[in-house]
Amino acid sequence: MKPARFSFVRPQSRQEILDVLTEHGSDASVIAGGQTLVPMLNMRLAKPKVLIDAARLPDLARIEERDGELRIGCAVRQAQLEQLPNLVTKQPLLARAIPFIGHIQTRARGTVCGSIAHADPSAELPLCLIALQGKVHLRTRRKARTVRAADFFLGMMSTVREPDELIEAVSYPTAAPGTGFAFQEIGRRHGDFAIVAIAAIASREGVSLTVGGIDDIARRFDLGAGQDDGLEDALNDIAWSLNARDDLHASAAYRREITRRLGRQVIHQAKAEAARCQS
Amino acid sequence: MLHTTSLVGDAGTLVGQSVARVEDATLLTGNGRYLDDLPQRKDTRHIAFLRAGQAHAKIISIDTEDARALPGVVAVLTGDDVAALTRSMTVGVKADVEAWPMARDRVRYVGEPVAMVVALDRYVAEDAVDLIRVEYETLPAVVDPMEALAPEAEVLHPSLEGNLISDRSFRYGDPELAFAEAAHRVSISVAYPRNSCTPMECYGVVAEYLPSEDMFDITANFQGPFSIHTVIARSLKVPGNRLRLRTPPDSGGSFGVKQGVFPYIILAGVAARVAGCPVKWIEDRLEHLSASVSATNRVTTLSAAVDKKGRIQALDWDQVEDCGAHLRAPEPATLYRMHGNMTGAYAIRNVSIRNRVVLTNKTPTGLNRGFGGPQVYFALERLVHKIALELGIDRLELIRRNLVPTGAFPYRTATGALLDSGDYSKALYTAAHAGKLDKLLALRDAARAEGRLYGIGYCVAIEPSVSNMGYITTVLTPDQRAKVGPKNGAQAVGTITVDPMGAVTVKTASVPQGQGHRTVLAQVVGDILGLPISDIRAIVDVDTSRDPWSIAAGNYSSRFAAAVAGAVSLAAQRLREKLAAMAAQQLGCAPEAISFAGGKVFDCANPAAAIPFGRLAGTSHWAPGTLPEGIGQAISETVFWSPPELTPPNEKDEVNSSLCHGFIFDFCGVEIDRLSGQVRIDRYVSMHDCGRILHPGMVDGQVRGAFLQAVGAALYEEFVYAEDGSFESGTFADYLIPTVMETPDIQILHFETPSPFTPLGAKGVAEGNCMSTPVCIANAVADALSCEDITLPITPSKVLAMIGAEERPPSKPITRPLQAKAKPGERALTGEGEADVSAPREAVWHMLLEAETLAAILPGAHGVRKLSPEHFTATVTLGVGPVKDKYEADVRLSDIDHLNSVTLTGVVTGRLGSGGGTGVIRLSDLPSGGTRLHYSYVAAVGGKVASVGGRLLDGAARVIIGQFFQSLARYAGGSETGRPSLLKRILHLFRRHR
Repeated sequence: MKPARFSFVRPQSRQEILDVLTEHGSDASVIAGGQTLVPMLNMRLAKPKVLIDAARLPDLARIEERDGELRIGCAVRQAQLEQLPNLVTKQPLLARAIPFIGHIQTRARGTVCGSIAHADPSAELPLCLIALQGKVHLRTRRKARTVRAADFFLGMMSTVREPDELIEAVSYPTAAPGTGFAFQEIGRRHGDFAIVAIAAIASREGVSLTVGGIDDIARRFDLGAGQDDGLEDALNDIAWSLNARDDLHASAAYRREITRRLGRQVIHQAKAEAARCQS
Repeated sequence: MLHTTSLVGDAGTLVGQSVARVEDATLLTGNGRYLDDLPQRKDTRHIAFLRAGQAHAKIISIDTEDARALPGVVAVLTGDDVAALTRSMTVGVKADVEAWPMARDRVRYVGEPVAMVVALDRYVAEDAVDLIRVEYETLPAVVDPMEALAPEAEVLHPSLEGNLISDRSFRYGDPELAFAEAAHRVSISVAYPRNSCTPMECYGVVAEYLPSEDMFDITANFQGPFSIHTVIARSLKVPGNRLRLRTPPDSGGSFGVKQGVFPYIILAGVAARVAGCPVKWIEDRLEHLSASVSATNRVTTLSAAVDKKGRIQALDWDQVEDCGAHLRAPEPATLYRMHGNMTGAYAIRNVSIRNRVVLTNKTPTGLNRGFGGPQVYFALERLVHKIALELGIDRLELIRRNLVPTGAFPYRTATGALLDSGDYSKALYTAAHAGKLDKLLALRDAARAEGRLYGIGYCVAIEPSVSNMGYITTVLTPDQRAKVGPKNGAQAVGTITVDPMGAVTVKTASVPQGQGHRTVLAQVVGDILGLPISDIRAIVDVDTSRDPWSIAAGNYSSRFAAAVAGAVSLAAQRLREKLAAMAAQQLGCAPEAISFAGGKVFDCANPAAAIPFGRLAGTSHWAPGTLPEGIGQAISETVFWSPPELTPPNEKDEVNSSLCHGFIFDFCGVEIDRLSGQVRIDRYVSMHDCGRILHPGMVDGQVRGAFLQAVGAALYEEFVYAEDGSFESGTFADYLIPTVMETPDIQILHFETPSPFTPLGAKGVAEGNCMSTPVCIANAVADALSCEDITLPITPSKVLAMIGAEERPPSKPITRPLQAKAKPGERALTGEGEADVSAPREAVWHMLLEAETLAAILPGAHGVRKLSPEHFTATVTLGVGPVKDKYEADVRLSDIDHLNSVTLTGVVTGRLGSGGGTGVIRLSDLPSGGTRLHYSYVAAVGGKVASVGGRLLDGAARVIIGQFFQSLARYAGGSETGRPSLLKRILHLFRRHR
């Protein structure tokens, strides 16, 4: 379990990262926390020729709050976001979801943008980005672009990021007043990959449900007002639409059933919180 | 609770106390000397293995040329190279079969070594492994032990003419009569899964070969039994005195598993010999999980003849043991370790047993904590639970009625075990009272009244320890045994030595893997010689060239406290007698009047005139001429001890399979979460009678450790094999072991009835909860759910399936993937899709049959070769996200129905694994004038990627196959119908791959 040979580059600036990415394209991998990439390297599942360390640049390790968004740079560790003062009021969904990401030790190293880049279907941070309809900021040496979460993820471990693009930051919208958030996850053990993870967001505009751990990407559903009437039918349709599969840890039927049960629970929680905020 | 007084020594102040462990300072400060930490010669080279990616295949060819040419590579060896220098490993049954440490003509399990590289470092060695090319001819995999017995099953070892390698039937008492006369016959069928105790440190070996002496000097974190030394020496073709096997001072856990390092000891020995330099191999976690050893999985049908009062009159066992691809020594020991204990803690006089051992395409099995006990008790105690329900008798009352009665000890079981001591009824009642069983029952009633799912489970078990080295010969017929000669006993050895200043060194061959052997030996010797622990130093690692040892040496069958500490106590007693005689001469009193305490030796009648221990003990060094008559020397005493109770199996196949028999009574309360199906252990009480307790803290540590591993077996852990034999549990993200977050605190109770057969009265205690806890939890879950069929591990998914009603159907029909059937024994992955193309049907059809098409649409294809109009090969780059690699693709077109349909059959082979699939493309006219291209496929993926990425594998394969067909549609000029945005994105991705 030793990686294949690679070059290691630790750029001194964002520009230098982009230059190296341009030069090596898909032969290069950006490493930040390495919590997923390093095991992949060691098992030789991934064999990049060049590893670009993006974790040591202070400019990229900032969380900025502006224009109703938390903009999180690509060197920001998950623990740094978890410990952001008042995260629970700024964005309660993140505050509730982050404790489910691995363990304290992995969150101390793993980065927010690394999780977005990896696009694991069970991961909490992509799920939250989709649920909150956040954005991904990409940059090459020549141009920058911003992609909506709904357009960013293509499927399992696949995104629209071009080989020469750096995920410079991601933006999670901060909580609008009167909005309720809920997050629940079922895994085999604490810190395991989610068998099912569900977020619900309730506001005056309506209720949305986002389900991760089942389909190739987390999927978001608008449920209108989220009335109890018809909710069971809607949840059943959602459960069946997720292409659930059997694996070592749970059957497809289990995933569908948890989607129905947990879905109902998080919707009620989110609506109750919204009602409290609005009253 | 019963307490015994000290049996040895005058002070008696150390044994029985939870003294601080002498091991801890070293281990907790990171100063342990594990195998990988030991100093090594600077010319040491490193080994990496190429391992089988498929479960069952003939090896057609192995091309090592590129690997040999890589700079830094010293040697590359295949199975035949190894075989040329070795002998097949000894097999424990009479069967015409060979057992090699590396595959030769065929591979039989995922992870089996196929080639071995010796190189400058591990990185280069792994680089070279990637350059070895093996051509396989895949054979059907045999995974299920019952299917392995079927006449049509593929045979793993053709010389055996079947997969059944051992079949023995046993009869004790008159079971037929008992069943005929019984009021009730109650039966149960269970399948115990595969799991393992997964030590923190994996295997490691450092080997050196001395050509001028034809001698191997090997250090490995082997745990014993050292009977395996003879297997290794025989395989390496040297007499035992030319195989120096050493163990490192520290070892990071074993739980039996490190017995299984021995095939690698042979391989490393060969590598050192061929490479002409020392070699080192450190096993990684993927290697460990996939290819070290596991416990056996077993299918058991057990029936009981029960009288009206609920007394079990007879048992009828039918056990089918799955030992994996090879029967490795000492297997099938897992099946026979419990042979004397097949009646558990019960007085049942009539027993019939049929034991079958089958081989399947799974990792070979070996020692694992509990060793046969979990499998036996899961069947027996589930059956007792069921008998109580069927007869309407309270479960605990039924257990009580059947226990071996108080006062019957030592008690000879029907199958031959001699239960040394105990008072099972009293221990049971003591535990029920001290563990507040009445409150737990009330809690269950209250929870149920609220509609909660709450259950209580019980288990009683005999925990055998100190194995009879002859029990495994029960697998042979009495005639076969007579021919090979008797095997029996459980030799333990202890040496005690005093230096010129009286410092005491204890040496034994117990090879601990983290236990506190050194502490306990110091306690035992300290009490006998009246010395503090700090004055005694114990050495417990082994060097077979220098230390006294026997085939029974090592760390297994919970033998330390009972056998090893006992042997050391006898050696210390012997030295003490000599020293007492010397002191008596000097003090002018009788030797019987001499006491040892506080570092002094004195006449009890006159303590003031004491001799310092150091001065007395140094006498034999400094002034041997002054010793009394008959003493000889008083420097060193070695005692070999073997209990006479461990006799060989007799002609009736009765065997006292273990010397000591502890008693366990567990009960627990579990609650099941209705929403998720998760099982929560609410309360767990574990009562142990392990004889005399030498160190209470360590006993509790053993109980807690075994309990944690048993929670894993009950709720989390399973080595999963797909139908094609793919191994799917290659990481700790897939093989889930419980952490402290998942393990509740437990109440531990003790009841001490010293063993009359061991020097210190102690029995083993390390494995009991691995035997009792899984079935205790299963019984509680059965009680909570009123369910009969409980299969381990009890996952939330299984629980919800048991309590859930029929699943609500979808509101509208789901477009299901095509349910095409893969070949038997293959994991099928199916999918379908369609795309509309503006080009006319004929143009699309011709495009499909051109080689350029393949070149254009295969992701990352280069070097497409058209071998015939219907057969192409290419090198392709496939991958998802960062996981991508080059594969050799072989594509054939068949079933060509002009203008209508064509079948594509493809195989891709690469370092990460292999995949094969068949796709059918159908064309039809669109009303608008274009063509509709419909595709469906069935595919299978296996190999390394299945072991480490199973969670993502199917989804990833779907993405790649989707890319292929979508590209095909795109190449044909597909308009973007269906899910246009998705298609567009996939095509975008595809362009990127090019």
